[in-house]
This record gives sequence, C-alpha cells and structure tokens, in this order.
Amino acid sequence: MDNETKKEKKTKKISKTRLRNITGTVVYHIFMILFGLLMLYPVIWMVLSSFKNTREVMTVPTRLFSDHLYFINYANGWRGVGNVSFGVFFKNSFIISGIGTIGTVISSALVAYGFSRIKFPLKRFWFTCMLLTMMLPYQIIMVPQFVIFDKLNWTNSPLPLIVPAFGGGAFFIFLIMQFISGIPGELDQAAKIDGCGRYGIFFRVILPLIKPAVFTAAIFSFYWKWDDFLGPLLYLNSPQQYTVSLALKMFSDPDSIPDWGAMFAMSTLSLLPIFIIFLTCQRYLVEGISTTGLKG
Amino acid sequence: MLKSSPRFRGGVSLNRKVVTFLNEKDTVKKSALDKFFQKDAVSGYVFIMPWLLGFLLFTLIPFVASFWFSFTKYDLFSSPKFIGLNNYIKMFTNDGLFVKSLKVTFLYAFASVPLRLIFALFVAILLNRKSKLSGLYRTLFYLPSIIGGSVAVAVMWRMLFLKEGGVFNAILGKLGLPDNISWLTNTKTAIWILVLLAVWQFGSSMLIFLAGLKQIPEHYYEAARVDGAGHAVQFFKITLPMLTPVIFFNLVNQLISGFIAFTQSVIITKSGEPLNTTLFYAVYLYRCSFGDYKMGYGSALAWVLLFIIAAFTAIIFKSSDSWVYYESKEQ
Repeated sequence: MDNETKKEKKTKKISKTRLRNITGTVVYHIFMILFGLLMLYPVIWMVLSSFKNTREVMTVPTRLFSDHLYFINYANGWRGVGNVSFGVFFKNSFIISGIGTIGTVISSALVAYGFSRIKFPLKRFWFTCMLLTMMLPYQIIMVPQFVIFDKLNWTNSPLPLIVPAFGGGAFFIFLIMQFISGIPGELDQAAKIDGCGRYGIFFRVILPLIKPAVFTAAIFSFYWKWDDFLGPLLYLNSPQQYTVSLALKMFSDPDSIPDWGAMFAMSTLSLLPIFIIFLTCQRYLVEGISTTGLKG
Repeated sequence: MLKSSPRFRGGVSLNRKVVTFLNEKDTVKKSALDKFFQKDAVSGYVFIMPWLLGFLLFTLIPFVASFWFSFTKYDLFSSPKFIGLNNYIKMFTNDGLFVKSLKVTFLYAFASVPLRLIFALFVAILLNRKSKLSGLYRTLFYLPSIIGGSVAVAVMWRMLFLKEGGVFNAILGKLGLPDNISWLTNTKTAIWILVLLAVWQFGSSMLIFLAGLKQIPEHYYEAARVDGAGHAVQFFKITLPMLTPVIFFNLVNQLISGFIAFTQSVIITKSGEPLNTTLFYAVYLYRCSFGDYKMGYGSALAWVLLFIIAAFTAIIFKSSDSWVYYESKEQ
C-alpha cells in the first residue's frame, strides 16, 4: 500500500510538471505571435490603408478593415508624378537593379576565384585594399565620383548607377570566397590533369559548384539596388529617369499629401518585389546574413 | 591526322612516343598566347580585373581626389582653388550646423545601435528554442529589417507618427493617453522617432545572434546546471561571453552605418526638421555638396567623417582584447 501511494504521488508529480511545461509552451507561443503581430503592425496598417480612401485613413486610422475596398487608389497612384506613370519608374528600377545585379554577380564570382585559388604578385596587397573598401563610407568618394560622371556627361542617366556595379562588390566577393574555400583543391587539380586550363576550371568546375553563393549575392545585390535612394537622388534629375524609390520621395514631398490612399498604394507596390524575394528566397537571405553578416 | 586517330594511341610504344612528340610540338606552336594567359601571374590579374578597374577608377581616384578637394574651394563649374586648411578651420570654428549635425548623429548612433543590439539579442534568445513554429517567428521578426531601409517604409513611418491621422496618436488616444503630440515637429521627440525605426529593424542582428547561439555547445549549459547555476548566471557567464565576437562584429558594422544614415532623415523629417534636431551628418554633407555646390567643403566634411569612423573602429578593436572572447585563443 505504501508503495502504491508513492507511485501515485510520482505520476501526479509528472503530470504536474508536464502541465507546467504545456502552459509554458502555450504562453510562449501566444507571446511570440502577439509580439510578431506588433512588429508587423505598421506594415499591415500600410497595406490595408492602401485600400481605403484618404478621409477614412485620416479619421479612423486604427480601424484596419473598411467596408469598401478602394482599388482606385492603385489607379490614381499609378499615374505617378510630373506626368510620368509609375510604370516608367518600375521599368527604370528593374533595368538598373537587374543589369547592375548581373554585372556585380558575374564580376564578383570571377574576382573571388582569382583571389582564392591563384597566386599572383601583389595579391595580398590588392586583397587588403578590397577589404578596406568594405569599411569605406560612400560619402568619401561621393563628390569626386560625381565630378567624374559629370565630366563623362553621364549624369541624368542611369549609367553611374549601373557601370560601377560591373566592378563587383567587396561584400559579395568575400561571400563567394568563403564558399570557394569549402571546395577541395583536389577538384581543381583533377581538372588540370584532365587538360583544363585556369578558365576551364573556373567555368566548368568552380562556377557550377558556387551557384548557391552566387544566388545569395544576386538576391542581396538586387535588393540593395532596388532600395537605393542616395544614388538615384544624386544622378537622376528628370522624372523620365526616376527609379521607384526616388519617385516615391517626390510623390510624398508636398507637405499636405492630397491622396494618402494613393501614396500607400504605391508604397505597397514598391515593396512588392522585395516581399516576393523575401518569401521565395528566404533561406538564402538568412544564410547570407548569418554566415557573413551582410546587412539586411 | 596521326594524332587524332585513336588507333595510333593504343598502338606500339614507339609509335606512341612519336605521337606525343608531335602533339606537344603542336600545342606549343598553337597556343603561345594561351600559355601566356595560363600563367598564374597573368590569369590572376585577368580574374580580378573587373574589381581592379572598378577600384582604381571609381574608388581609388575619387578617394585621392576627395582628399585634394578638401583643401580647395570648388563649385563644380570652375576649377578647384587651393585654400589650405580653411575648410577645416571654418568647420571647427564657424559652422554651427557642423557641430549640430555631429551631435545629432552621435546621439542617433549611440542610442540606436545598443538598443537594437539588446533588442535583437533578447529576441534571438527567445527564438533559440526547438519549436515547429520558430521558422515562422523568425520570418515575422525578420521582415521589418528586410524592408526597413526603403523609401516606402520611411514614408510609412512618417505617416504613423503624424499628429493628425497618424495611427500612433490614435492608439494612444484609445488607451486614454494624450493623443495630440506632434512627434515629428517636436524638437525633443523627432530624433527618437528615427531611433525607433532603427530599433525596429533588429532582424538581421537577430539572425546573426541566432547563428551565434546555435554555436554554443549544449554541454556548457549542462555543466553549469549541474553546478547549480540559474538562468541569469548561465546568461552572464556562458551566453554573453560566447557571443562577444558576434556582438563585436555587429557593433563595428552598425556604428558605421549609423554614422552614415541618410534616407530616414531626408524622408521622415524632411532633411533635419524641426530646427535641425534630426540633421544627420550625411544629410548635411549632401546639402553642402549638392545643394550649395560647396564641393570642397563637402569633401572636408567627408574626411572628418572618415576620421571619426576610423577612430571609433580603432577604439572598438583596441578595447576588444579586454571584452571579446575568442575560444581558440585559450587552447
């Protein structure tokens, strides 16, 4: 009998701790979900406000869902600024971000291979230079770069935003180098014995293997270029050339914005490509940030 | 004809020798140029050429030119005129906005970076627990960071804190708190709205911390628990010291980006309103260089910025010996 009560006590104790564990888990998940919603609240507010008319946004800002969806905001906003529609801005942004990204990624892969696998004179020196450029604030070279592009007559064209991208990006070179260092050198040797030259090794052996790193670099490059504001502000003067981010700034500039709904609509649209990248390529973004500390 | 015939390759050894001989001679002839490009010294430079050209043309030359411009008076239309140290002298003796923007930027960087790191660490620890939903939570918390630098979010942030129609005041009103504060035009609150935006973007630091937390061996905690250490002790004696390399890295990176913050101030507080209390250094630099076309002065401002960033980086690096813990050092 004595034994039995002990057993009973034991099972009771177990169920008690289990109960405590379950409540702990439930509290944890409720807290995390509420916290996540709090963090996302501004974004949700913006997206939902893009379907409301201006008066409603102004008078009852806390009401998330309205009775009527004003899709007209998107049509109104799409008309853009200075008689140029957002279609043009999106096209410009896609051209600059797209071509720039292709250039950056190809160059970065080439340079990364050169720095990681080939011994050449002054390699250490150039590599140090590259690392230092990662720490160099853009503001230092901003003025003379502008002077150079002005002398080339490239200002008020997307060229200053595209051409330098073809030099590759120090962050991406570094990222791809990290990746290459994980590929055994024996592979290069084997390819060499099979008669592959340096360039053959890169294109046939290394390039197919570093695809994930190249893809990560491409995502970050596109997303940084899409978000870039200072560059377009410096170089693009006519509305025909504006990127989405610059157009949004002009759109929101007047002190009393007449059409809030349209503004929210265009803000939401401008984030759409980033949302899509975020949702489809999240794994690469997370990896890029956690392994090399690329800023998100 | 001989060399390409497979029949010959598998033939008698004498024949094979002849074939190889022919082969070698042929390649030497055909590809002297190719051989030149196969040399390490040459191919290395071929591979790094895109970066090297970009570096020389778009970084090194502007870098040197910027240093020269900082000693000149230059308005882009006429050629630079050497004025010695005048730009720097003016900056430190007769430019209230320089001092003001420096103060604003320091306040912003030294408030937002530690706050964001603490917040990111807190959330990372919450997330570092085995759960089916942790992927979802990570996504939720990380999203603000991915969109946070965009103009769209800056515009949104401005709308959130507007006096009339801003949702923040409306929420305060519902909670029974004063709801008529004009956050963006009040000299005391405006800068904190920008700090809040920076803290909201804690996602990428959180990811880096999370990766760091996963690296800490579980048996450290087990050993500590056996010794009777509580949660607080485990945090301060194990988690925090093990994360110092990650914290160090984040601190350096984020202070630098804090010093050169630009977009937020331009969009949210219209380049420094009210009364220049949110005038970031980078915004002032931009205004001097491209608003007033004082490019010499702008370059001098940039060099002071570089000096400040270099000084802080050096201080953090120097001090890192005393607070950053590297495991490999102890072995």
